[in-house]
Amino acid sequence: MSEPFTKSMARNIFIGGGLFSFLLFVGLTVDTMERLPERDNRQNITPEVALGKKVWEDNNCVGCHTILGEGAYFAPELGNVYQRLGHSTEAIKVMIKSRPVEGVPGRRSMPQFNLTEEELEGIAQFLKWTSEINTNNWPPNIQG
Amino acid sequence: MLKYQSQAVAKPYFIAAIGLFVAQILFGLIMGLQYVMGDFLFPEIPFNIARMVHTNLLIVWLLFGFMGASYFLVPEESERELHSPKLALALFWIFLVAGALTIVGYLAVPYATLAEITGNDLLPTMGREFLEQPTITKIGIVIVVLGFIYNIGMTILSGRKTVVSVVLLTGLVGLAVFFLFAFYNPTNLVLDKYFWWWVVHLWVEGVWELILGAILAFVLIKVTGVDREIIEKWLYVIIAMTLITGVIGTGHHYYFIGTPEYWLWVGSVFSALEPIPFFMMTLFAFSMVNRRRKDHPNQAAVLWALGTAVTAFLGAGVWGFMHTLAPVNYYTHGTQLTAAHGHLAFYGAYVLIVLTIISYAMPLLRNQGEAAPAKAQNLEKLSFWLMTISMVVITLLLTGAGIMQIMTQRMAEEPMSFMAVQDSLATFYWLRVIAGLVFLVGLFTYIASFFAKDKAAPMATK
Repeated sequence: MSEPFTKSMARNIFIGGGLFSFLLFVGLTVDTMERLPERDNRQNITPEVALGKKVWEDNNCVGCHTILGEGAYFAPELGNVYQRLGHSTEAIKVMIKSRPVEGVPGRRSMPQFNLTEEELEGIAQFLKWTSEINTNNWPPNIQG
Repeated sequence: MLKYQSQAVAKPYFIAAIGLFVAQILFGLIMGLQYVMGDFLFPEIPFNIARMVHTNLLIVWLLFGFMGASYFLVPEESERELHSPKLALALFWIFLVAGALTIVGYLAVPYATLAEITGNDLLPTMGREFLEQPTITKIGIVIVVLGFIYNIGMTILSGRKTVVSVVLLTGLVGLAVFFLFAFYNPTNLVLDKYFWWWVVHLWVEGVWELILGAILAFVLIKVTGVDREIIEKWLYVIIAMTLITGVIGTGHHYYFIGTPEYWLWVGSVFSALEPIPFFMMTLFAFSMVNRRRKDHPNQAAVLWALGTAVTAFLGAGVWGFMHTLAPVNYYTHGTQLTAAHGHLAFYGAYVLIVLTIISYAMPLLRNQGEAAPAKAQNLEKLSFWLMTISMVVITLLLTGAGIMQIMTQRMAEEPMSFMAVQDSLATFYWLRVIAGLVFLVGLFTYIASFFAKDKAAPMATK
């Protein structure tokens, strides 16, 4: 019995389709890398911003918050927190500094991370920098 | 009972997988409670720590499951003993101890302290979602996976090469290669996110689906007796569609993270097609079972296999499609709807495929013959329904919460603040905790199935 669609045809679709997809994806990635400098606000990555990202990671902030919509959904979006707190890095620092060690009875509360002044400035500058990335107008409103 | 003695190394992998699964669910319940009782276990186990334990345990136990599955099916497919059972056992203990130490580290000291003592300053890779492991643990994972692939690869290459084993090996190599992007952590958050997805998306919506397809095909060959040629042709077509839709489908994560606008189109078009391979997998599983040439005594394994195909299609396919188009995702991105999709997709595709191969392999590994006793199979089937239905309910509740959140926080004329919205969703979250408890009952039922014996057996109790 002649088979209209054979296993080797199926294999060729897998190999050909898979390779083509990866090559196209790599091509799109190269193009994206060329266009990113116009959008990702990299010219404003200062040493404070770099330190801030390190502080962000070392304290696993993404374990509760989202940043540009990615992370955990337990605490507010922080991609636009700079704007939400009135375009103030100082307000971000006060917010982080003021968390009660034992939490708030019955409520979700951010832990007290005991950050140094330098680390606080870093995280605030990192969040300000993040808020200036061109995200195709996301989030839809100030509440994130 | 085993065709090849070295298949026995799969057993400790499966047992470890189930043990870590239980721990994962317990931490899931902790988080579920923290959603409604914000100070639960605070400050001892803050939410971010519980979440990290929950997700990392999931990844690790699924990896244990994939490894056990490979050690079980590759000798049988290759028609030879495993290249080195000793290496497989050594890697088992290394992986288990390293995994356990990492979890203990998460729970014993503040995360920043863990980062400091494990030398995160030397090569910072920590603190990114799902990749929270200390850099040294990541290096350990690479070593274990390379040793594992060497062992499996040597067995496949020097034995009979089947489509199932070659597809499995392709998936495993892809898993190892894309994990290497976990070590790339640029200061520029946009670049960081762009390549972070090369680990996360290209794993779960790419190469892991090859592993899933290979395991499913293996089990279907065994339990239906359908000609291997037919099953292998299906497998090729399914994984071809997976890569054709899923690789560029990565673009559905590139809408709002600083990447160019054309991803809104590219990501939408390709990811909208991602349900196709999952739909085909459902057709595949049912059509093979309908065309079966024998009635295999392990009917529990058949149920797990069919359940995998259907639930993966629902969770990954339908719930993924729901919010994958850019204009929709603009409002749904990073809400409880994302959590809903994540839960049913991971459960349907990866939890269930591991439980499928465990169900098929365990009776053979435990010298019970081709199938567990009837009573054990009945408990297994009951546990399937308890876990699957409760996970669907969790998904529906999170979907309800997500829709409410989108309406009040994202789309309202006067949007409410995040925390006010969360307070308004308490009913959904309480019901989710209850559904989670039912899931735990299902999991205990599953474990009980391993200890159940038929009445005729000498050890039977009243």
